[in-house]
Amino acid sequence: MNKIPIWRRYDRLLGSDRAADVKAELRFHIDSKTDDLIARGWPPQQARAEAERQFGNIRPVQRIGEHIGGHMDLRSRISDYWSECMHDTRYTVRTLLANPTFSIVAILVLALGIGANIVVFSVVNTILLRPLPFPDSQQLVRIVEKDAKSNESGKTYTADATQDFQQQNRSFQSVSGYFAFSSPNNFKLAGSGQPQPATGMLVAEGFFETLGVEPFAGRLFRHEEFLQHAQTAALLSYPYWKRQFGGDPNIVGRTVDLTDKGDLNNKSVTVVGVLPQTFDFGAVFSPGTKVDLFVPYIMDDFRSDGNDLALFGRLRPGVSIGKAQNEADLLFPQFYFEHKHPEYGKGYTAQLTGLKEYISGKLRRSLIVLWCAVGLIQLIVCVNLSNLLLARAAARGKEFAMRSALGARRGRIVRQLLTESLLLAVLGASLGLGLAWAVLAWLAHQGSLALPLLHMIGLDGAALAWTLVFAVGTAVLFGLVPALRTSSPNLQEALKDGGHGASEGRRHDRLRSTLVITEISLACVLLVGAGLMLRSFLRVLDVDLGFEPSRAAAVSVDYDDGGNPARQAAIWEEVVSRASQIPGVEAAGISDNLPMSRNRGWGIAAKGQAPPKNEDYLPVFVYIVSPGYFKAMGMRLIAGRDVTWDDLVNNRSVVVINETVARRLWPGQNPIGRIAYAGGGQPEVIGVIADVRESSAEDSGAAQMYLPATKQFGPEGSYLVVRSKLPPSSLATSVMRTLRDINPGQPASQFSPVQSLVDHATSPRRFFVLLVGIFACLGLLLAALGIYGVIAYSVTRQTQEIGIRMALGATPARVQFDVIWKTLRLALAGIAAGFIASFAVARLIASLLFQTAPNDPLTFAAMVAVLALVSLLAGYLPARKASKVNPMDTLRAH
Amino acid sequence: MEDSKLEFLRGTLDVLILKALAWGPQHGYGIASLIRRHSDEALLLEEGTLYPALWRLESKKLVAAEWGLSENNRKAKFYRLTPDGRRHLRDGAKTWEAYARAVSKVLSTAKPQEETA
Repeated sequence: MNKIPIWRRYDRLLGSDRAADVKAELRFHIDSKTDDLIARGWPPQQARAEAERQFGNIRPVQRIGEHIGGHMDLRSRISDYWSECMHDTRYTVRTLLANPTFSIVAILVLALGIGANIVVFSVVNTILLRPLPFPDSQQLVRIVEKDAKSNESGKTYTADATQDFQQQNRSFQSVSGYFAFSSPNNFKLAGSGQPQPATGMLVAEGFFETLGVEPFAGRLFRHEEFLQHAQTAALLSYPYWKRQFGGDPNIVGRTVDLTDKGDLNNKSVTVVGVLPQTFDFGAVFSPGTKVDLFVPYIMDDFRSDGNDLALFGRLRPGVSIGKAQNEADLLFPQFYFEHKHPEYGKGYTAQLTGLKEYISGKLRRSLIVLWCAVGLIQLIVCVNLSNLLLARAAARGKEFAMRSALGARRGRIVRQLLTESLLLAVLGASLGLGLAWAVLAWLAHQGSLALPLLHMIGLDGAALAWTLVFAVGTAVLFGLVPALRTSSPNLQEALKDGGHGASEGRRHDRLRSTLVITEISLACVLLVGAGLMLRSFLRVLDVDLGFEPSRAAAVSVDYDDGGNPARQAAIWEEVVSRASQIPGVEAAGISDNLPMSRNRGWGIAAKGQAPPKNEDYLPVFVYIVSPGYFKAMGMRLIAGRDVTWDDLVNNRSVVVINETVARRLWPGQNPIGRIAYAGGGQPEVIGVIADVRESSAEDSGAAQMYLPATKQFGPEGSYLVVRSKLPPSSLATSVMRTLRDINPGQPASQFSPVQSLVDHATSPRRFFVLLVGIFACLGLLLAALGIYGVIAYSVTRQTQEIGIRMALGATPARVQFDVIWKTLRLALAGIAAGFIASFAVARLIASLLFQTAPNDPLTFAAMVAVLALVSLLAGYLPARKASKVNPMDTLRAH
Repeated sequence: MEDSKLEFLRGTLDVLILKALAWGPQHGYGIASLIRRHSDEALLLEEGTLYPALWRLESKKLVAAEWGLSENNRKAKFYRLTPDGRRHLRDGAKTWEAYARAVSKVLSTAKPQEETA
C-alpha cells in the first residue's frame, strides 16, 4: 500500500480540479519562458509572443492534460478507497483479536449456518435443479402405466408391447428399457477362490444409446447380441471394474466366468466394454441399489413372461411431452400383451413423465422444506450476529461518537462496521465451506441411502457462487442494522452516556429484545416442524409391517435344479430342513421375493359361474414360497394353514392370500377352501395371512398372494430367511457353511438382516428427519445463545442499578426473579409469535407427515416446553450473576 | 535552426525526461531547458509535446508530482523520479545506446560485403 502523498491531501482541501492544474502548469511554463527571453533582451511584448510560438498549439496539450488527469484521479480514488479498505480490515482484525470469544462464537455460528446452507443447496441442486447427467436430458421421458402405484409389474410392459411402440411411435428418437425384476446378486463370478456374487441388469437394445452414455472403454452392445442364442456380452460398471478386476486395462474382450443364476445354460460372458464413472444406474433408476454389470435383454427370451420391461425414451427434437402423450394415448390401448396369444387381451395405458421429474418429483416437497429450514437457520444466525454486533457496538458507542466528532462521516463509520461483518462472514463462509465439503463427501458415499443422484453430490461452481452470494448477503443483513444504529448522529448523547440507563441504551435494548423475540419465534417454527417430522418418523417405525424384521436375516441361495420343478422342491426342502437344524435357528423358509425389495405383480380372481374377464382380476403381489417362510418372517396367519411340503411333492395347486385379497374377492365370507384364478391355474385358498407392507412402511397393505412353486411357474431366485434368538451376524458362518455343504458353488453372498430392507425403505425419511432435527437443535442453540447474550448484557449494564437496589434492601432472590421474569417475557413473546407461525408452516408440510396431524397437540406442547425450558436456562445464568452482585463494590466502582 | 531540429524517435523523449529528472526534482520548464542545454541546443523539442509525455509518465507512476515554489517564486508543479522511473531510465538508456550503436555501425560501413553462396 502506498502512502497518500502530502499534496493529495492538499489538493483535496481545495477540491481536485485537474483543468485548473493543467492551466496553471502551462501558464508557469509560458511565464518562465517569457522571463528568460526578457532577460536575454527581448522586449516584453514580443517575448510573450515568442514564448507562445515556441510552445506550439496550447489547446490540444491542455485537452490531453485534462484527459490524463481524469484517469489519474479515478485511479487515485480507487487506490485511496482500497487503502481505506485495507485500513478498515486491519483495524477489524485487531478488534476481533482483542475479543476472541466474540470472534470465535460469531465465526462458528456463521460457519454452521453457511455450512448447512451449502450442504442443502448442493443436495437440492443435484436432485432438483441440475439436469440429469445425460446429453439433452430434457428429451428423456419415462413411460409408465397410468395409476400403476407401487406395483412394479404395473409399471412395466411386455416385450411385444414394447416392440409395437418402438415401431409405431413418431414422437421418439428411440425407446428402450430395462428388466425391472433383476434381484441383487443374481450373478456369480467364479474364478479364484469362492464364487463372488454380482448384480447384473438386463437392458434392452439401445439402452445406453438412448441415454447418450458413451463407453469408458471398449464398446456398447451390438444388434447381434440382442438375438437369441448369442454369445452373452457384458458391460461392466466402472466401480465393479475397479473393485473386482483391479481396473485391468485389458478386460475388454476377455471372457469371464460370470454366470446368471437363473440361466440354465451356465455360459460365460464376454466383457465388451466398461461404462464411464459418471454413469450410475442405481442413482437414476433405482436409488440405493448398485449394479455391477449389464447384459442384453433378449426380447425373444421374454416374450411369454408378462410385463417386465421398464420403459423410457428420448423424444425427437421439437416434440413436446404433451404431443408424445397424445400419441401414446392413441397407441398403447391397441397393444396386445402377447402377439402369440391375442386371447390374453390387449390395452395398455402410458403416462409420460420427464425422467428428471420422475426421479426427483417425489422428493421435491421434502427438499423444499429442507431448504426453507436451512433458510430459517440462516435467518436465526443473522439475527443472532446482529445482536452480538449490536452489543459490541453499544459498548463501543463512545469510540464511534469520538470518531465522528473528529470528522468521520457517517458513511465512513458504516463502512467500517460493514467491513467487520463482511470479514466475519468471509471467515465463517470459509469454515462453513470446509464443513460442507466434509459432509458432502460423506453423503456422496452413502450408497445405501435411497435418494437418487446422490453419488454426484459435491461442491461445484454453483455451490461456490451460492456460498459467496450467501456470505455477502448475510454480512450485509446482519451488519447493517447495528451499523446504522450505531452511527446515528446523536453525538452529544453518546458522549455523555456512560451506558447506564440513558435513552440511547434503552433504545438499543428495545431493538435487541425485538431481535431475540424474532429469533425465538423462528426457532419455535423449526422445532415444531422437526417435532412433527420426528413424530411421523416414529409412527413409521411403529407401523405394523405385517412381519417382524428384528430377528430375521436373509441370504440369497444358489442351486442348480436343471429346470426340474421336482428337483427344485427337493433342494428347497433340504435347504430349509438343514437350516432349521442349525442351533439357534427358530424357523427357516424360502421365498423368491422379500418385502420392500423388488416386487412382481400378477392378477387374482375369484372363481364364479363364468370365467373371469380381464377387469375381474385384482392386481396382486406374488411370492413363491416354501413352507416355513411365514414363520421365519414373523408373519401372522389369520386363518387356514401354511403351505406344506406335501403340497409341493404332490404338486397341489394351493394359494395363501392376504387379508386385502380376502376382503376384495370374498367380502364377508370365509375364503378358505374357495377356488381362485391365479398364476395360470385354479388354486384352492388354504390360508389368509395378515397384510404385509410391500413397497414401504408408509403404503398401506396391497393385495398379496403366496404360492408354492408348481409346474407352471418356478421361483425367480430364492432367499433363505432364518429367524433366531441370536443376532443374525452370529449365525452367518453356520448358515453359509450349510449352504456350501449343499451346493459348493454357493457364492459368498451377504447374510443380511431383514431389518436392513426396512431401513433402506425408510432411509429417505430418516435422512430428512435427521437433517431437520439437526437444524432444529441448531436453531434452539442459537436462540438460547441469543437470549443469554441479551440478558447477560443487560445485567452487566445494570450492575450499578442492581447494586443500588440491593443497597436499598432488595433481596438476591428478588433480583434473580426480576432477571428471570425479563427472560421469560422475551421467551413468551417469541413463543407466542412462533406458535402462530408454526400452525401455518405445519399446514404446508402436512403432506410430508405420516399419521400425524399438522396441529398435533403433543408435538406443539412438547416443543413449546422445550423452548421455554431452554430460554429459562439461558436466562438463569445471568440471573445468578445478578444476584451475586455486591452492592458495596458496584457503588464504590462509580 | 529549423534544419537541425531532429525528429524525436518514439520513446526517446520519455528517456530524456527521466534523465533530466535524475539530478533532482524539476518542473516542466526546467526539464525543457535542461534537455536543450545538454544537447548543445541541438535537440529543440516543440515544448508543447513535453507535457503530454510528462503526464503519461506521471500516470504510469514513473514520476511523481508535487506543487511547490519555483526559483522565481512562482507556484510550479515539480516532478521527481520514482524508484520505478529510475529503473525505467536505466533500461531505456541501455536500449537506446545499443540502438544508436547499431545504427551508426550500419551507417559507417564502407561497402556491403558480398554474401558467398
